[in-house]
Amino acid sequence: MAQVVLKDLNKKFDEVYAVKDVNLHIRDKEFMVLVGPSGCGKSTTLRMVAGLEEITSGEVHIGERLVNDLPPKDRDIAMVFQNYALYPHMTVYDNMAFGLKMRKFPKPEIETRVREAATLLGIQELLKRKPRQLSGGQRQRVAVGRAIVRHPQVFLFDEPLSNLDAKLRVQMRVELKRLHDRLETTVIYVTHDQVEAMTLGDRVVVMKDGLVQQVGEPMELYSKPRNKFVAGFIGSPAMNFIETTISDASGALYAETAGLRVRVPAERTSRLAPYKGQAVTLGIRPEDLQEATGGDPQDLVFEALVEVVEPLGSEILLDTKVGTQTIVARVDPTVSTKHHQKIRLAFVPDRIHFFDNKTEQAIA
Amino acid sequence: MTALRQEPLAEEWARQRVRRRTSVLARLRSKPVAAFLMCLPLLVLIVGLIIYPFFYSIYLAMLNKRETQVVWLDNFRFLLTMDTFWLVVRTSFLFTFTAVFFKALLGFILALVINTLPTRGQRVWRGVSLVPWVMPLALSTLGWWWIFEPTHSALNWILVELGFAPKSWLADPFWARFSIILVNVWYGTPFFMIMYLAGLKSIPLELFDSASIDGAGPFQRLRFITLPMLKNIIAITMLFSTIVTFANFDIVRVLTRGGPRNETHLFGTFSFRLGIESGDVPLGAAVALVMFPILAVSAFFILRGVRRSVV
Repeated sequence: MAQVVLKDLNKKFDEVYAVKDVNLHIRDKEFMVLVGPSGCGKSTTLRMVAGLEEITSGEVHIGERLVNDLPPKDRDIAMVFQNYALYPHMTVYDNMAFGLKMRKFPKPEIETRVREAATLLGIQELLKRKPRQLSGGQRQRVAVGRAIVRHPQVFLFDEPLSNLDAKLRVQMRVELKRLHDRLETTVIYVTHDQVEAMTLGDRVVVMKDGLVQQVGEPMELYSKPRNKFVAGFIGSPAMNFIETTISDASGALYAETAGLRVRVPAERTSRLAPYKGQAVTLGIRPEDLQEATGGDPQDLVFEALVEVVEPLGSEILLDTKVGTQTIVARVDPTVSTKHHQKIRLAFVPDRIHFFDNKTEQAIA
Repeated sequence: MTALRQEPLAEEWARQRVRRRTSVLARLRSKPVAAFLMCLPLLVLIVGLIIYPFFYSIYLAMLNKRETQVVWLDNFRFLLTMDTFWLVVRTSFLFTFTAVFFKALLGFILALVINTLPTRGQRVWRGVSLVPWVMPLALSTLGWWWIFEPTHSALNWILVELGFAPKSWLADPFWARFSIILVNVWYGTPFFMIMYLAGLKSIPLELFDSASIDGAGPFQRLRFITLPMLKNIIAITMLFSTIVTFANFDIVRVLTRGGPRNETHLFGTFSFRLGIESGDVPLGAAVALVMFPILAVSAFFILRGVRRSVV
């Protein structure tokens, strides 16, 4: 059990930074998720922690040790790969036992540990099979089993669920979370799937272009994104971004665009005052738009033309057009509307986000 | 119910059969016939180039020297009593096993080394190391013959410069055998290298990553990952090479012509010596035919091993 500390970590491939100035403190027993689009440096970061990728500059500490110059095998970590990386010529048992054999564990000890892990994962029946005789989900379990038999200080997961079908992925997600509760080990988990990141992580690191965009608990990222990228990346369907101009009238600020005029909530006016007359991006999540009722204040309501209706059962997604902009709203299943109809939508005022157009940082 | 249905069907078939017999075009339309016709060019090739020559050589091997009379297995019986024949058998096995072993070993090392080179440099080195295999063997062997030439040539000159005694490379039985094996290894190593390199490239890199996290050092990765993953390609390459090496002709023909005192004859060259140079074609054919069961059996065993490990 150990914390992992990354200090000013950099990775350069031919003059291009794949990872730039990453500073992270992953606490003991924490489930930390690195998430971001492909090429954002999350896997490279993980591989540097594993020792599979050379570190250009910076430090990696596991527990109390600086591990920069230690080979992977001496870092006391275990890793699960996207395509499982099971040894195809070995049985499930041998796959799981390989790491222990390499470390010269006595045979009975290996046997006990493998059986223990197999029982934990429900794969006792499969120990004599070869990887190719297993389904995707079973292979996944074997890969996890191979990692846990070693009782490492840190688990590294590199997109372990990407090769599974959607249903199995949800199931394995729950199992991984349960496993983490049970094993109480530090986990660093890489994924490009924000749903996985949100559901699994104690904390989540959002990365883009090698840079850490924001670190925080899932709900913090969701409700207080630090910049436009995080705002758009976390949450599905993604946050609507509306280009507006800030204007003032009768002592209040308004964000305006063709077909839309929203009053800036009173507590935000001081931060937005400097932007008077300038363009800012207004962000609103689809779920923070609701069908307007008579009680909604008029300066939070706008009219939109419904273009596509996507009923999902528990909710309805509406693709609407306001002026030239497309806005997605996630409304109650009781709302009855059809495409080409007009609908009046209302903002939830304290859920409106504003972003500086130049820096893309949140104006909060 | 079924009886009712069957009767009109049977009638219909009969009518169709009559119609087909009358029309060639209709016959062509039937699937089995069309399939047979499409396979015909291949069948002609196989029969003309493999089956006919094979049986003809068996027939040839059972004639007397003047090819006037069938003597059945007399040629083979005569071979078994011939000391030179047994010498050829021993030389052939020695030549094949030694050469294939070193080709496999050097090819493997070369493939490992080239595989660790950065991608850009790799193509050049791969190309360069393929040269011996691409050159016409008879031609490059001629070059080797010049290198082995005892009085005026490079190899002995280097030996003398280094303070060793010059050797008569192609006249001394031991060194003559050494020479033909050396040239064969030189010629055949690139084939192993390219096959192993293709095999190495097909091993997913994650396996090595995973193994190094599991605690395997470079040597253990080789032993537990690389070798088992290449098992099939190693077996197949060695089988092919064994067959080709066993049947080698060019090198011995150009370098030693079987000498000194028949010490370097292989099946191919000995068969040529008896059949063409000494004019006893049936006996030469018999020598060549002795190779067949040896190669067939080795092919059977290796392929069986491959199939087993694939399942």
